[in-house]
Amino acid sequence: MNEPLPAADTLVALRRISKSYHRGDQVIQVLTDISFDIARGEFLALMGPSGSGKSTLLNLIAGIDRPDAGELLVAGTDIVQLGEAGLADWRAGHVGFIFQFYNLMPVLTAYENVELPLALTSLPRSERRAHAEAALELVGLSDRMSHYPSELSGGQQQRVAIARAFITDPVLIVADEPTGDLDRHSASEVLELLRRLAADAGKTIIMVTHDRKAAESAHAIMHLEKGELSAREHLQAQT
Amino acid sequence: MNALKLIVRNALRHRLRSALTVAGLLVAVLAYGLLQTVVDAWYAGAAASSNARLVTRNSISLVFALPLSYEARIRGVDGVAAVARSNWFGGIYQESKNFFPQFAVSDNYLDLYPEFTLPDEQRAAFLRDRKGALVGRQLADRFGFKVGDVLPLRGTIFPGTWEFIVRGILDAADETKVTNLMLFRWDYLNETMRKSAPGRANQVGVYVLGISNPDNAAAVSLAVDAVFKNSLAETLTETEQAFQLGFVAMSNQIIAAIRIVSYVVILIIMAVMANTMAMSARERTAEYATLKALGFGPGFLAALIFGESLTLCILGGGLGIALTAPAAAGFKSLAGGIFPIFAVSTDTLAAQGACALAVGVLAAIVPAVRAARVRVVDGLRAVG
Amino acid sequence: MIPLNYVARNLWKRRLTTTLTAGGLALVVFVFATVLMLDAGLKRTLMTTGEYDNVVVIRKGSGTEIQSSISRVQANIVEMNAAVALGADGLPRAAKETVVLISLNRSGSQQASNVVIRGTSPAGLQLRPQVKMIAGRLFRPGSAEIIVGSNIAGGYDGTRIGERLRFAQREWTIVGTFDAGASGFDSEVWGDADQLMQSFRRINYSAMVLKLADSELFERFKSDIDADPRFAGEVKREQVFYSDQSKALSSFLSILGLTLTAIFSIGATIGAMITMYASVSNRVAEIGTLRALGFRSRSVLAAFVLEALLLGLVGGVMGLAGASAMQLVSFSTTNFQTFSDLSFHFLLTPAIAVQTLLFSLLMGLLGGFLPAVRAARLNIVDALRAA
Repeated sequence: MNEPLPAADTLVALRRISKSYHRGDQVIQVLTDISFDIARGEFLALMGPSGSGKSTLLNLIAGIDRPDAGELLVAGTDIVQLGEAGLADWRAGHVGFIFQFYNLMPVLTAYENVELPLALTSLPRSERRAHAEAALELVGLSDRMSHYPSELSGGQQQRVAIARAFITDPVLIVADEPTGDLDRHSASEVLELLRRLAADAGKTIIMVTHDRKAAESAHAIMHLEKGELSAREHLQAQT
Repeated sequence: MNALKLIVRNALRHRLRSALTVAGLLVAVLAYGLLQTVVDAWYAGAAASSNARLVTRNSISLVFALPLSYEARIRGVDGVAAVARSNWFGGIYQESKNFFPQFAVSDNYLDLYPEFTLPDEQRAAFLRDRKGALVGRQLADRFGFKVGDVLPLRGTIFPGTWEFIVRGILDAADETKVTNLMLFRWDYLNETMRKSAPGRANQVGVYVLGISNPDNAAAVSLAVDAVFKNSLAETLTETEQAFQLGFVAMSNQIIAAIRIVSYVVILIIMAVMANTMAMSARERTAEYATLKALGFGPGFLAALIFGESLTLCILGGGLGIALTAPAAAGFKSLAGGIFPIFAVSTDTLAAQGACALAVGVLAAIVPAVRAARVRVVDGLRAVG
Repeated sequence: MIPLNYVARNLWKRRLTTTLTAGGLALVVFVFATVLMLDAGLKRTLMTTGEYDNVVVIRKGSGTEIQSSISRVQANIVEMNAAVALGADGLPRAAKETVVLISLNRSGSQQASNVVIRGTSPAGLQLRPQVKMIAGRLFRPGSAEIIVGSNIAGGYDGTRIGERLRFAQREWTIVGTFDAGASGFDSEVWGDADQLMQSFRRINYSAMVLKLADSELFERFKSDIDADPRFAGEVKREQVFYSDQSKALSSFLSILGLTLTAIFSIGATIGAMITMYASVSNRVAEIGTLRALGFRSRSVLAAFVLEALLLGLVGGVMGLAGASAMQLVSFSTTNFQTFSDLSFHFLLTPAIAVQTLLFSLLMGLLGGFLPAVRAARLNIVDALRAA
């Protein structure tokens, strides 16, 4: 079957991606021959039952895991071809991460956590400060800059994590259950931030979630079941 | 709930960490045991000495000799049964690291040392040969000396090359006696000195006195010294044990330092152990909370922690104790002549065990108290 | 690459663990530094005793001055050798000395120790410019006055100025204290040679000390004395003579100390390793996050190695501080070669401080390397799953 060529505004293109895991003697095939595109600026939600492989798919796109077969093009680069070091550098410049449990460094303040990815760049200190302060301003936590994660609520910690995710201005942001550990109010704050990142900053966002309500903040939802991807379910355009 | 099962399984959870901790304990207990054995070895001479013998020496220092003329006057003192002469020779056999004690002794010397056994014909041969020498069993084994061998020594205090003929091998009644020594005839030393350095003849290093009643040791000692008070060479008479202890006292600061250091090593390992237990306990906050929620009391949790700590300590300490004797044997063969008696005493083994247990208990106190105080709430929150 | 404050603050966060581990390292460092300091103090005492240009003559084979004996005739032969320097008065710059041991009690102890007493002359004093009076005055020649070295004064019963010692059937008055620059002479008592020889009923001297007209003449002088049939003499430069006398003691202490340190360092390094493994396993999720963010695995390795080195540094500084306090302590033991008491101090040199810190860093490195490798090799996805 001829693969459709990626459209001009495609950011991520997966072609015949397969991935399996070894658990002891058993081989578990998680993804088989997955192919699809994600457009630039799209906010896509991935849903599916436990064990369906959605997190695995996210990890592959984000470059922290390798597929067994297939091509994975992000902004024109086939990241499957990159070596460990190359992949690390690629992630530093192209991907922002948001995790369910925030994954902030407990010994760094909110400000220092946000500034951390800039240590991988060659920006001088003054510029790093400017970027970090701006990012914290954007997520509404300027007054909590010197607090440690243990002194922040779950929702505040996630917002710090979001600031950290976009500080290097990556094209792609991946979020694995970003609202999984938050109360409803904090969850909607976080989702609002993600919407604005996609709409105002043109970031491409891929979010894995259990929560239907959270998924409805996205532009489209795809379901992953037994390694098979459903068609996109387009939602009403969000402004 | 089988607490013992939990304890053992917990100890095996972090195999690498447990293995490292056991290794650390092993090294510490072994080091402690060896150091204490070194200190014991230092005192070995004193431990092997007798109360029925006195030693009379120049009161200022062993370096100075006593005149031969003193012998008759000492024999005249009440309570003295026999008087023998002994001069430290200090010669070198081939090279100085082959060190062993050599004494020039009067012919009646062995009478005062019933703990040495010597076949009659060997004794007779020794007394007939003015160049005769007797070597102790340990010394004979060390260098392979046999009766009839020539034993050359390079003199330092008494310069020149000296040759002796081995006429007998001394055995000791038990293992604690030192037989790493060589004896030869005082008469031969003296006649050689009369010819080569007359000013140094008729000098005795120490007199060894046999007394009729060991209870009188102190009184007889004072009586002997009184005879020579205010003469040029004043004497100091003491029991053989006090004499040997005097040698040990010369290095008493070094010995004290070694003792202190042997406890320092235990302190080090206690710090390591306390650290391990604290880390393990901290990581298991959730489990302790769960156990509490299930109804197990603080006493149970404390028992778990003490149990794990003691298990590791008994294992590490036990291995260290087991390895002490072989290590001591190895050390002895390296140290050669310095420590002819190098045996691990039961006191040392007991102390090693006590140290291991102490470490096990003390290291677990703070973590056990903390675990006992864990609130169920803390634990449940930590569960993702 | 990974910021330093991340590394340092992690040590601070687990303060108890850090303190215990650093404490263990500090104890080992303390022992190590103290051994080095003892050796340095001993060497300073021994190697600085006497002058390079002075020469000591004793009877061959006697090993120490105490066991040596030189007759007046033999002393004259030595003095008259052409290599001996002449003083302004035309007399040879040579001193005939008698060296004996006396028994003194260390202050506060019942234990009697042997102390060297040296009978010397104005010539002998002149030959030792390092000796300076710090209290009282010199003894008068021909009198029963004596002076004591700075390690003796006050350290033994009856050795203060004005007090009297009794030996050789006579009473001797202490009239001064001298300082010999932390050399072996500081552990001696000095008096008039003739008076001491008379009291000890000696006709022979123990040893001679003299100055050569030219330092280069040493070898010739030595072979002259060696070959002279009238006198079996042994010649050594003064400093070499004294340092040889304590070689056995010095090497014994060094070997003992370093063996102990080696054993201890194993224990402390194991402690560091346990701590670092735990440090890694507690932060698996953080490590995964850092890798996800784009930090290379070698940055992770570097961060944990740095953490271990910092641990070593903290332990090293603590241990060094403790060892430095030992400089206030003086150590006195009987030299088994000479049978007399020798006192010396612990000497902390910059070189020892550097060696000690390097040793501590090494222990940290050895303890932390394998755990750091484990951290660097973690698989990102597995590590993140641990969150």
